[in-house]
Amino acid sequence: MSIPGTGLLKGLVVTMRNMTRRSVTAHYPDALPALPPRSRGVIALIEEKCTSCMLCARECPSWCIYIDSHKDVIPATTEGGRDKSRNVLDRFAIDFSICMYCSICIEVCPFDALHWAGEFEYAELDIRELTHEKERLREWMWTVPAPSALDEHAEPAKEIATAEKAVERAETAEPRSVETVETTRERDHPGEGGK
Amino acid sequence: MGELLDVALRLAVVLGAFLLAPLLVGQVEHKAMAHMQSRVGPMYAGGFHGWAQLIADGVKFVQKEDVVPAAADRTVFKIAPAVALLPYLVAMLVIPIGPGLVGQDLDVGIFFVLAVMGVGVIGTLMGGWSSANKFSLLGGIRVAAQLMAYELPFVLAAASVAMAAGTLSLTGIVMAWEPWWLLWQAPAAIVFFVAGLAELQRPPFDMPVADAELVFGPYTEYGGLRFALFILAEYAGIVVLSALTAVLFLGGWHGPAEDQLGWVWTLVKTGLVAFVVVWVRVAYPRLREDQLQRLAWQGLVPLVLLQLAITAAGVVVFA
Repeated sequence: MSIPGTGLLKGLVVTMRNMTRRSVTAHYPDALPALPPRSRGVIALIEEKCTSCMLCARECPSWCIYIDSHKDVIPATTEGGRDKSRNVLDRFAIDFSICMYCSICIEVCPFDALHWAGEFEYAELDIRELTHEKERLREWMWTVPAPSALDEHAEPAKEIATAEKAVERAETAEPRSVETVETTRERDHPGEGGK
Repeated sequence: MGELLDVALRLAVVLGAFLLAPLLVGQVEHKAMAHMQSRVGPMYAGGFHGWAQLIADGVKFVQKEDVVPAAADRTVFKIAPAVALLPYLVAMLVIPIGPGLVGQDLDVGIFFVLAVMGVGVIGTLMGGWSSANKFSLLGGIRVAAQLMAYELPFVLAAASVAMAAGTLSLTGIVMAWEPWWLLWQAPAAIVFFVAGLAELQRPPFDMPVADAELVFGPYTEYGGLRFALFILAEYAGIVVLSALTAVLFLGGWHGPAEDQLGWVWTLVKTGLVAFVVVWVRVAYPRLREDQLQRLAWQGLVPLVLLQLAITAAGVVVFA
């Protein structure tokens, strides 16, 4: 049996203790927030890496990526050779008024031309301004953070693990030529040989 | 001529305190409540930690349109905020800050203050009744029920201390006060404070304006300056209640170096009680309407009757 009123006093103590502590408010416009790595702020584009393969535009669930391109013919350098053709990017635009920040375009890009940047202060007064053309998307590239370091006990990156395993296997097996090692690796991990 | 100047000066000081003190309490509520909830409260108005927030609020209220509902009882609707606010101004007139430092020293000061504070609640009731809105009406009825229930322990608690001092004059009560009264009159002090909170409709006794149930109770149809006057009345009420509690039960200007710093002691005690009003608001949830009535009739009234008996015994034994 507790003394009546202790609950009331406890309530007062809790609020008073809270008052003496620092508040948890983030003073956003005055102090910029510490964004977590991989924050989805804005999508940046390395134009030189883009081959206008249209994968991002087709995978985008909200159809917010616009790509225009044309084929450029590079004439054959040798006599009787074939002309080469190359895609030239005319327009690459992302409409951030439709984008839902799902990150599918970035994951699907085979050439790592798209990246997340942490910047988020690009609100506009006119909705049409939210369609960022490729020049602006290229500018965002400067704000892309460096890849964050791995956690302390995390697995090493996949490429490193694969290479180490290959070396280990090469050492334990009977000595073979370098080409054989390459072939073994190709057999164990098909599709990764090109990296 | 000198007498006239003296009266004018006293009135001016009381009016200044009446306009300033509620704003101070409001700002303390803004900031203290925010920090109790791990927030920071207003930070921008005025530059330094939002000190001018309430002034900015006032400017905003003045700019708003003055709307009276078509079905409302126009006259009653319009004078209700004034009826709610003015009694607290009148009450501040008779509360002594230091020996001789009082707007007007009345022989029946405590009686006058209690009577006037009752009128303040009528303003809210008028607003609820005249708004032609069911939520306002329900809120008004709740105000009436609350006034009925809590006026009795409120008056009895004040009567206890008046009995102990043997006078109805507020100055006289402070003169007669001695530190051991803190213990002797403790139940009366608690009852007085709790009943006062209920009469001001402050949380946890804010059923008349319970926003989850009644929109904003009697103030639902009010906007702009009239609404601001109601809110100002609430904070002026806090000031009056805190000052009364300090004067009646905490010894007013009694304290170290009371000959020079007496008025500081009164203000410090008033400020502390006002802080407790805010503190209680943050700590406790709102009572239910039946709990409210039960607390008054089964808790406070018997307690204060017991206190009256103790006071009477004390007076007979020591006098």
